[in-house]
Order: sequence, then C-alpha cells, then structure tokens
Amino acid sequence: MSSLGLAFADGAVVAKRNLIKIRRVPEILIWTTMSPIMFVLLFALVFGEAIEVPGVDYKEYLIAGIFAQTVLFGSTFTGAGLADDITKGIIDRFRSLPMSRSAVLTGRTASDIVYNATSIFVMTITGLLVGWRIHTGALEAAGGFLILLVFSYAVSWIMAYVGLKVSSVEVVQNASFMFIFPLTFVANTFVNQEDLPGPLRTFAEWNPVSAVAQAVREAFGNTGSLPEPEVWPLANPVAYTFIWVAIILAIFIPLSVRQYRKATSR
Amino acid sequence: MTDMIRTSGLVKRYDKVVALDGLDLEVPRGTVLGLLGPNGAGKTTAIRILTTLLDPDEGTAEVAGIDVQKEPHKVRERIGLSGQTAAVDEHLTGFENLDMVGRLYHLGRQRARARARELLDRFELDEAADRPAKTYSGGMRRRLDLAAALVAEPDVLFLDEPTTGLDPRSRGQMWDTILQLSRGGSTVLLTTQYMEEADRLADDIVVIDHGRKIAQGNADQLKAKVGGERVEVVVATTTDIPATASILGQISQEEVHIDEPTRKVTAAVSGGVDILGEVLQRLRDGQCGIVDIGLRRPTLDDVFLSLTGHVAEEAEEILEQAEEEEGDVREKEAVR
Repeated sequence: MSSLGLAFADGAVVAKRNLIKIRRVPEILIWTTMSPIMFVLLFALVFGEAIEVPGVDYKEYLIAGIFAQTVLFGSTFTGAGLADDITKGIIDRFRSLPMSRSAVLTGRTASDIVYNATSIFVMTITGLLVGWRIHTGALEAAGGFLILLVFSYAVSWIMAYVGLKVSSVEVVQNASFMFIFPLTFVANTFVNQEDLPGPLRTFAEWNPVSAVAQAVREAFGNTGSLPEPEVWPLANPVAYTFIWVAIILAIFIPLSVRQYRKATSR
Repeated sequence: MTDMIRTSGLVKRYDKVVALDGLDLEVPRGTVLGLLGPNGAGKTTAIRILTTLLDPDEGTAEVAGIDVQKEPHKVRERIGLSGQTAAVDEHLTGFENLDMVGRLYHLGRQRARARARELLDRFELDEAADRPAKTYSGGMRRRLDLAAALVAEPDVLFLDEPTTGLDPRSRGQMWDTILQLSRGGSTVLLTTQYMEEADRLADDIVVIDHGRKIAQGNADQLKAKVGGERVEVVVATTTDIPATASILGQISQEEVHIDEPTRKVTAAVSGGVDILGEVLQRLRDGQCGIVDIGLRRPTLDDVFLSLTGHVAEEAEEILEQAEEEEGDVREKEAVR
C-alpha cells in the first residue's frame, strides 16, 4: 500500500477507536449536547424578546449564531481528547507503533466530525421546536450544515495543537474558553454587528465566526429583510470562511504533526 | 552472537537534571537484560530513547542493528513496548485493543483478529475478551498490555517495570510469562527496581544510578562483588550486642555491621556451615543471648546498597513518586 493509503487506513483505525469511546461513554455526548440545547433555549426564550434585530425575527437570526458558537466549542473536544490520551500514556503506545505519524491526528479530527454532526443535529431539532424554520431548499440548507462542519474541522486542528502542547484536559478547556467566548460574542452571532461600537464592529466584521454565521444564515434563509452587508467578508461569507479554513489547515496540520512527534507523557 | 540492542554514550538532560550520563548497553540476541535502579535512575529514559519516543542529546542507540534516530520507523516495526510507558485503552475491550494494535502494525484485518484471539487465549484473557479494559484487574491489564507488545511478534521486547504495583500473585504470573518468552528466544530489555525480579528474570544485570552504569554482571557476579556469605545473629537484648559484635569481629575479616533497632549483628565470613558452628559455639561460651542465627548470601538489595550507598535516598524518592502518583490519580479522577 502507498504511504498515503497507509496513513488513511491508520487514521480510520484511530477514528474507529475514538467512536467506540463515544459509544461506551454516552454521558460525554449527552452532556455536550445539553449545552447547545441550553443555549438555544436560553437565547430564544430569554433574549428572544429582549434583543431586537430590525428586519428579522430574532429567533431566526439567532440560530445560525448559536450553531457557529457550538461547533467552535465542540472543537475543544479534539484538544481535550488528545490531552487525555497523552496523560494516560496511549499516545506513547501509538508513537511506539510503526503507524503513520499523522494518523492519530487525522483519526481524531475525523471522529470529531461525527461528534460535531451529532450536536448540530440536536440543535436543529431544538431550534425547530422553539420556532426556527429553514426557508430555503434542501440543497442550500445542506450547504449551510456543510460550512459548519468544514469550519469546525479546521478549528479542530487548532485545538489538536493546543491539546498536544499543554497535555492537560483542564487547561485545554479553560484556555479555549478564554478565546472562544470573545470570538463568538464579538461577532454577528447574537447581535447585528452594525450595532457594535467602533473597534468592536470592525473586529466583528472581519471575525471568521461572523462570516460562518452569515453564510449559514443565508443558506437557511434566515436574513429576513436585513440589508446586504457591505464589508467584503460578510458580503462574501462563504469565500471568506473557506479562506480561513485553508489558512488554519495550512498552519496547524504541520504544526500539530510536529508537536505529535514530540508529545510524551512525561 | 549479535547484539540486538546496543547503546553507546547515551546522554539525556532535562533542564538541569541529567537523566542519562553516558550509558553503554549491549544485549545479545535471545538474552534478557535487567536494567536495575531506583526511581529517577534513568531506566525509563533509556527505554524511551530505545523505543524512539525520545531523542538522546548525545550518543547513539541501535535496535536490531538499526539506528533509532536515523530510521525510527524501521525500529518501530521490530519492537514491542509494554509497561509503565505505554498503555491500553480502557474504553476498548481486550479484543478491540489487540485488534487495533495489530491493524496499526499493518498485519491486515484477518491476521490482526486471529492474532488478538490467539494472545487473549495465551494470556488467559479469553473470557474477558469482550469486556472494556477498565473492568480488568491490575494483573489482567498488565497481561493485556504485554499481549499488545507481542502482537507483531517483535524481535526485541521492552518491558518498563512490568510488575510495579502488582500484587504478589499477579507478579508471579507475570514472571512466569516473561520467563516463557525468554525461553522462546525473545530478546528482552526490562527495567525494574526490584532486585528479586532482576535475579529471577535476567541473564545479565546492569545496575544504574543517576544515569550511569555502576555495575554489570549476572546475579552471582554482582553478589560476589559485595563479598560472599555472611553470618547474621539476632540477639535477645541490646546488652548482648557488644559481646556478640566482638566475637563476630574475631572471626570476620571485615567490619561488623550492627543494626540496633532489630538487634541484628552481621559480618562477612567464609567457610560455610562449619564457621556457623564455630560462631554458635563461641557465642554460647560468651553467654550471649541469641534469638536467631543464620548464614545468608547477599541479596541484590545488599548489592545495590553497597554500590550506591544511598538506600535512604531511594526510599525518599519512592515516597515522593508515590505522592506524585497519588496527585496524578486525583487529577484523572477529576477529569472523569
């Protein structure tokens, strides 16, 4: 088999192992899908009446933002999983085997797509229950879900690097909260970026999370009668999202693989 | 005979601590080398370098004739690693663990499965094969871990403290298994802090301390280094100690060792059972109260003590590590 073929096969073996764990410890999935449900309910029911985005029903506006936020939080699962594997000595086992050097990472990020897809599914159901609707065709809507998965896959690689670097589950979770919260709030996720003051507005306009939310919102037809954004990233949200995805993957795949070669339990 | 493991001048530093300070090892094909030393002596660091997990700062290491730094991937195809360093996945069943390892050694689906079943049978884990490994006892987990190292029938086997933390019964089972492997012709490097373990399992023993080799030989040779047999007398009361010590002093060529709390007086002697009789006679004549008297050969513990002279430090380190481990366990619990 070619080395690329072997890398793929090894990645599949590792992905299968991670999926078995999700099946054996269903609490993980239950608790991690609880938080998106909570977010949908809290924002829709509490802020749904309080926050107003003129030109659109807030519940409709909100869902894309929550989707974007949740897949970003979901990516911490990748880092936490790798940190846990290092602590428990499993990475040492893998590193002593003649397997592909990237397989543990490709396997991990691949199995986390399943994980993220599950939480998106749960949120979709919850969203539909609180009154959110998709106003576009199946193909366009599918494109929206695809953007979420692709973006979360890219961010998984950032988290993979962080997880290997700090090799502590708690630090991964705390550290990632520190940058995920600002990224998801200083954006057009929960409010219209045009209502934000000066520098925050500029940040929100160029924030890739805003582009993801905008792209998904358009794919679901949840923009109501909002005016088309003028700033380039939000006028071309799909292209802008994919530029970020490409940049993240180009930087963090090699960086993570290099860190994996050095990662040891002590 | 070819050496399956060979290192020369291995040095590894962590910040200011020197973990390995110029270690040379040779392990001929089909033999078992015991790497013996207290915690922090550099045993695990040596294993980590030889199994390609860590790069040395200086020196070279070869496994099965392959340089571990130049062609690590080729080395990995020839080795199996088990013990403290590597772990099994507790959420996978015994079968799934071995099957996964087999697939990652690229045995192919059929052979990986067959090999997993075969090893589970051999290590008496067949009944537990389809239970997650976290339900296993400590001894079962170690057996599974060792089985994982054997999946690809490696030329060279690295066992990092294979029985640390096991109860005596599981330890005995593990020893039998390792002895079987060595009789089957495997080349094994095993680390241990138990003298008895090295004595039982190893053809050749390297004693290391502070990353340096301080002695090498088989168990008998090492014991001979500390001198031959010794007479050990336990006296009835502490007031019997001076007289007893002086009588032993007349017979022994070397210094008499007194351990007050246990009322034990020891001295190196030569002459076997006859000398024991003479010691007994003289002690009776001197009216020393004796509780116990015996002739014993030095253990490897004596060897280590006389070579390094710091048994106290070892105990301290073990205590520190135990505390650290306890901390780790708590951390892991918290994660769950």
